[in-house]
Amino acid sequence: MNLNGSIRAMPLKPVSTVSAREKPPILRAAAPDKAPRSLPAAAPTFPFSAIVGQDEMRRALLIAAVDPSVGGVLVFGDRGTGKSTAIRGLAALLPPMAAVVGCPYACDPGRPAEHCHHCREQAVLPAESVPVPVVDLPLGATEDRVVGALDLERALTRGEKAFEPGLLARANRGFLYIDEVNLLEDHLVDLLLDVAASGVNTVEREGLSIRHPARFVLVGSGNPEEGELRPQLLDRFGLAVEVTTPTDLPTRIDVVRRRDAYERDPAAFCAGYAKADRAIRKALTAARARLPGLSVPDATLEAAARLCLALGTDGLRGELTLMRTARALAAYEGAETVDLDHLARIAPSALRHRLRRNPLDESGSTARVARAVEDLLAP
Amino acid sequence: MSPAWADALRVARLAAADPHGCGGVLVRAGAGPVRDLWLDHLAGELGPGRPLRRMPAGIADDRLLGGLDLTATLAAGRPIAQSGLLAEADGGCVVVPMAERLSPGTAARLAAALDAGEIRAERDGLAARAPARIGLILLDEGEGDDARVPEALADRLAFRLDLTGIAWGDTRGDRPEPAPDPAAPDVDPDGAVADLCAVAAELGILSLRAPLLALRVARLLAGGRTLRPKNLREAACLVLAPRAMRLPPSPEEAQAAPPERPEPPAPDESAPSDAGLEPGAESLVEAARAAIPPDLLARLAQAGSAPSSPKAGRVGAVMQAPRSGRPAGTRPGSPRAGRLALLPTLRAAAPWQRLRTGAQGAPRLIEVRSADFRITRFRQRSETTTIFAVDASGSAALERLAEAKGAVELLLAEAYVRRDRVALVAFRGSGAEVVLAPTRALARARRGLSALPGGGGTPLAAGLDAAVDLARAVRRGGGTPVVVVLTDGRANIARSGAPGRAAAGAEALNAAGLLRAADIRSILIDTAARPQEAARRLAEAMGARYVPLPYADAAAMSTAIRSAR
Repeated sequence: MNLNGSIRAMPLKPVSTVSAREKPPILRAAAPDKAPRSLPAAAPTFPFSAIVGQDEMRRALLIAAVDPSVGGVLVFGDRGTGKSTAIRGLAALLPPMAAVVGCPYACDPGRPAEHCHHCREQAVLPAESVPVPVVDLPLGATEDRVVGALDLERALTRGEKAFEPGLLARANRGFLYIDEVNLLEDHLVDLLLDVAASGVNTVEREGLSIRHPARFVLVGSGNPEEGELRPQLLDRFGLAVEVTTPTDLPTRIDVVRRRDAYERDPAAFCAGYAKADRAIRKALTAARARLPGLSVPDATLEAAARLCLALGTDGLRGELTLMRTARALAAYEGAETVDLDHLARIAPSALRHRLRRNPLDESGSTARVARAVEDLLAP
Repeated sequence: MSPAWADALRVARLAAADPHGCGGVLVRAGAGPVRDLWLDHLAGELGPGRPLRRMPAGIADDRLLGGLDLTATLAAGRPIAQSGLLAEADGGCVVVPMAERLSPGTAARLAAALDAGEIRAERDGLAARAPARIGLILLDEGEGDDARVPEALADRLAFRLDLTGIAWGDTRGDRPEPAPDPAAPDVDPDGAVADLCAVAAELGILSLRAPLLALRVARLLAGGRTLRPKNLREAACLVLAPRAMRLPPSPEEAQAAPPERPEPPAPDESAPSDAGLEPGAESLVEAARAAIPPDLLARLAQAGSAPSSPKAGRVGAVMQAPRSGRPAGTRPGSPRAGRLALLPTLRAAAPWQRLRTGAQGAPRLIEVRSADFRITRFRQRSETTTIFAVDASGSAALERLAEAKGAVELLLAEAYVRRDRVALVAFRGSGAEVVLAPTRALARARRGLSALPGGGGTPLAAGLDAAVDLARAVRRGGGTPVVVVLTDGRANIARSGAPGRAAAGAEALNAAGLLRAADIRSILIDTAARPQEAARRLAEAMGARYVPLPYADAAAMSTAIRSAR
């Protein structure tokens, strides 16, 4: 298999080095003997505000950033429509959050109820400002890295039983991004469903028994041609958006032009959009502050219920998501109250993946939602 | 040396100059000396220090992405990582033979590496990030339209080469003289982007990666100097022309007969180009048009006739947790729940040996605990489930029902041998019910059948809905459903249970459309004494094969179903 007959050691350490935006490892021993081979200096990510079109996807991601409780975003669509780009761009502009210094789960000092066992025992919790984690779940990841496992290095060198948190721990209070979510292996999907539903990761392996908070926004992207998603997983996503390749020439030229400019000089390109990105960040912060005080009038609640009834969505989850997303949208736009217009605009994203399974196909379900919105919410 | 071979060599040079930027080359050719010669040329262009690695078919994740090195870990007593093939090929190219047989999972991993230029692995207790700025050489050996290279992957590669028409003799001799470059002014970059996008639209290329890759190749051709029209033309020929989905209308045709011009598939897409291309774009289109392979349209027609969605059960969906079939990786689990995979189990146990065997030196035996057990996952072609939707109404005479029962029983006996399953949906009176959930149990099936009553109205839409629901459930469970509808097509009960021929008929057609949209294979057997127009129309709406069977008997029905499958 190995043509040159030698096995080159990779800069691996049992400490994750996936993201440059990661917090310093604390529960694990550093591995000083294995210095990572230098990676090319990471180019700045493509700015979120420089994405051409794809309004529905951008709106859904921003809503999830305003109110993480909406329950994740599923982005389905054509190849090369900037799905991954948008998510990485969003990660770059999220306002930083306060976290307990040294906590592997980045516990929020202001919310003792959600603290991990580690932070609960501490009397004083020093806080620091850290970037919101956006963690990739790469294909081919093994279970032990996802849920966490015994820290091998530490167990071997010092004979200590210590837990090495996995990807779910790192994603706490942030985003967990799965590209090609429909290709994820079944046993990992089951595991994710359980954690996403409960917000708690329970680890029972190798003599460890640990529960830690794992509240994250699940962001999945994929191409429906490569396999359907299981209904249980589909239901976990609060919003589902479809992206398509733009077909009008001016838009296409604009997309290619921006991408080309970014590739030739990333720094200069990003500088040009820094102001627009900052504006989005400010709007996000303001929306989060406004969200708790934003009430949903009875008329809107009633309309949401009627919409769900007419479409025959299963369970209360659809109604709840519809209401939450409409509120987050209103908060982002600085509206005074959540009105029918917010509801109408967000309904396709919030409901299209929840329709009873006799629609013609996905595009058909979009049309069905649009029709119901027109019938019920028309002034 | 033939011009085609000269082009192939040019592609090799370009792909080697910037493997990661170009993404690589999709090479369509059978195994043979010409392909080997081309790969040799590519290796030569890459030169020392930039590897050209071959990926074996069916490569496992630990070799592709990296993972735990079993031998080294056992020897050292601590986890030792080994790098994967993609990371080892950093800066060079990875050759993927038989790319048309790549699994979607492997293709997605390769695509992720192409996008990121690095490998991110979270495996075996190790987290790794290693640079992998690779290009991919996909060797497509597919014959006809039986299998195609995953489009998601092919879309990311700049070049497509077809070496099938090149003979060994064509590779000999000197390069043909390049056409003299007419002195032309430089092009401004913005105009270049617009021109390449316009050409892509003219050729019916939907993906936005194509013009972007063409632009990169043009810059590569310009070699750091300002872009010249010649560079753009060459990039359009090399990158855009082989992806063309349709022939652009030639200027003569367009001028001679504008009204008769065939309507392009997406009108809004080509609308801007109708308004008149800029002169630059027009000459690019001409150049690309000349470079379009002559058999393109024939191949497109072939592609168009291929089944629209290969996932619709032709190969059989993948079962969730079969106990036999082709191995497809491993997962933790008890050997009681599956077949033990020895090597992965040892790999899981290896890092722990020093801990488990205590501090007394090197262990002589390997201690394996239950948490280490790995079992093999299998995937298998799924079994077929035949769903009978039987009209048990009064209009379908009771003897027909008896015949249907007989056919199901016959098929059941056959299914017992073929490991197929059958299910039975009956509709009569005001609704439909699943009389027999998918089963292989002969005795239970026979009992359920003999208890099936007849009489009442014909709620055809409800019956079809129930069959579709059941078929979807079967598909979710990993099976391949086939729906066999036995009816005379004379619906008279609507979904709501209300009587009325017109409404019921319209709803039945609508339900048939759902069945067709779900891409479920179906057969309609007309049980009326004389072939019914209504039943024929229904079969059309279902996309079903229509079998009039005025004097149906169980054996004849069974034969018809078998032949339709």
